[in-house]
Amino acid sequence: MADLFWLIPLIPGASALGLVLLGAKLSRRWVAWQACSAVFLSFLLSAAAFVHLARLPPGAPGLTKTLLAWISSGPFASPIAFAFDQLTAVMALVVTGVGLLIHVYSTAYMAEDRSYARYFAHLNLFTFFMLVLVMASGLVLMFVGWEGVGLCSYLLIGFWFERPAAAKAGMKAFVVNRVGDAAFIIGILFILTNLGSSSFASINEAAVGGLLRPGLATLVAILLFVGATGKSAQIPLYVWLPDAMEGPTPVSALIHAATMVTAGVYMVCRLSGLYAASIPASTIVAWVGGATALFAATMALVQNDIKKVLAYSTISQIGYMFIGCGVGAYAAGMFHLVTHAFFKSLLFLAAGSVIHALAGEQDMRRMGGLKKHLPVTFPVFLVGALAISGVPFLSGFFSKDAILTGAFASGQYALWGAGLLGAVLTAFYMFRLVYMTFYGKERTAMEPGHSLHESPRAMTIPLVILAVFSVLVGYVGLPVFFGEKADLFGRYLVSSVKSGSHHLAVSTEGLLVLLATASALLGIALAFVFYRRTPALPSRLATRFPGVYRLLVGKYFIDEVYDAVVVRPLVRGAEKVYERFDLRVIDGALNGSAVAAGRAGKGLNFLQSGLVRDYALAFLIGAITFLGFLLL
Amino acid sequence: MIPPAAFFILAAVLFVLGILAFFVKKDLLTQFMAVEVMLNAGNLGFLALAKSLGKAEGQVIVLFVITVAAAEAVIGLAIIILIFRQRKTIQTDDLKDLKG
Repeated sequence: MADLFWLIPLIPGASALGLVLLGAKLSRRWVAWQACSAVFLSFLLSAAAFVHLARLPPGAPGLTKTLLAWISSGPFASPIAFAFDQLTAVMALVVTGVGLLIHVYSTAYMAEDRSYARYFAHLNLFTFFMLVLVMASGLVLMFVGWEGVGLCSYLLIGFWFERPAAAKAGMKAFVVNRVGDAAFIIGILFILTNLGSSSFASINEAAVGGLLRPGLATLVAILLFVGATGKSAQIPLYVWLPDAMEGPTPVSALIHAATMVTAGVYMVCRLSGLYAASIPASTIVAWVGGATALFAATMALVQNDIKKVLAYSTISQIGYMFIGCGVGAYAAGMFHLVTHAFFKSLLFLAAGSVIHALAGEQDMRRMGGLKKHLPVTFPVFLVGALAISGVPFLSGFFSKDAILTGAFASGQYALWGAGLLGAVLTAFYMFRLVYMTFYGKERTAMEPGHSLHESPRAMTIPLVILAVFSVLVGYVGLPVFFGEKADLFGRYLVSSVKSGSHHLAVSTEGLLVLLATASALLGIALAFVFYRRTPALPSRLATRFPGVYRLLVGKYFIDEVYDAVVVRPLVRGAEKVYERFDLRVIDGALNGSAVAAGRAGKGLNFLQSGLVRDYALAFLIGAITFLGFLLL
Repeated sequence: MIPPAAFFILAAVLFVLGILAFFVKKDLLTQFMAVEVMLNAGNLGFLALAKSLGKAEGQVIVLFVITVAAAEAVIGLAIIILIFRQRKTIQTDDLKDLKG
């Protein structure tokens, strides 16, 4: 079955096409079954290919398949070709596995929506483009998927386009991503002009073998990373992700937590040869990741919208993944990507279940005391929160520890410290969320007649499955002191990505693990003190440090700064161009030519006497002149 | 045996007569007849050439011209009749609506 791997993206693609064309005529039941089974088939094929690759000896090439020659011009060729190696397998399993659970969850979450078929068509289309991105064998085809997921993100953020905020958020996501994509395209063009091929294998080889000059490798790596900061919501292009929460919650879970936003991390790991060859670019990746991890975590501290907290948390966690990639621990970055996909989509879907129970309420100040009303949602949410906080023996603990250990081992102590501080903040804001939502007094303002209720089984079963994986998936990547062979995940990826060469003494590693654990527990304890034992403390602090509080609530006023520095000058400039150039030059040229034609017509008017004889005379003169030319 | 030059001279004379008639006469019907004379002058020229060069193409062209001329005569006469019905005149000097 492994040689059918090229069907993995095409099945959801075909399903999406069918739903787009016929969706309105199909019954809801059929739409749900078709969309889910398409992703399920892809999942089965991915699993088969995953197993096939696991049996190969290390260093053996993965699966490849060329579907079409596509572009072939002179020395440059870019076929539509899929490649499936270990890195792809991990990513494809996450996309189809988590994607399948979210599809199932959506059948219940969106049951009341009138655009049911459109929703699933876009969800399937997203899965198609994401798998194209993941399985592309070269940068050009990856860019097709890259843009495709951006399009689907736009469509799904603005799914409820009747709401102006949703339409605006979709546009913001699209435009901000455009900024990053411009750099990404330039990076691709540099590669194409210098190597003539965009395949990942040739880029990595050229970078390792020195065929790519070091300066050029750094330039290309940075340009591609700028594209990644757009897609993966890192500083400075993260501003679209919090607004993207206007979309339906399962969309936030699938696109804005588990898959699309991690595409940047995947891209860096895919090109690990290129990034490893360029120390400056790697340093930038690591520091941008570290800054984002800390910066976004501080903004998550004061958000009151349950989804916004999770959005900033996502930005922060992707920052961790980039720390891993930047310090050379690519496998650790990918590992965090996988565990994050499970626990963050779990948190989003559980938050969706809360929102569903409260009939659309997202403000945590009007929640509280939901623990007893939501007997399934509460425990799974707690599992997700513990996992992301890095509490020992849950998945987030192992992956975050792998990244921090990697940072420490490569000598980047400042990054390690930032990551540790970020871990405290992560635990704090997650448990602030838990305490505000599930504990304390009930502050819900429900209309009478609408009772609090647990979500239907189609929503709770995916939650339970994700919770189980959030606990267990960490055990595929145990730290070294469980034995040399304990890191199954890293060993599986060893022929796809560069592996770090640093090794620490077992005692040092043990100390790092203890520190990471302590920081997680410290964050949880602080949240307990602030939001459970003395709930008056946060507001006392806010009045004590009004400047800091205003800065955090205002999200450092980055949106306002961008608005003043970039958006408004651009709009004003465009208006000026419209007035000066469009109205005067273009319209002037057009009107001028019309006026000139009119004047010429008036001037030549006298020739038209209306008399047949005059016309015949002109004709005769013409004929004689012509004959004269012929004869003489 | 009539020399070929005589045919050419006859054709030229007929053609010039047609032109003169077109410019001298002022009613549409006569001018139309002048055009027909010019057409047939051309035909005669073709025939003379065909005969003197010993080729069949000239004769074939004449057959085409006669066919087209028949169609053209039908349409031209129909137009003249319609103009007369509307304007009660076919004097070309009265028909100058195209004056700019």
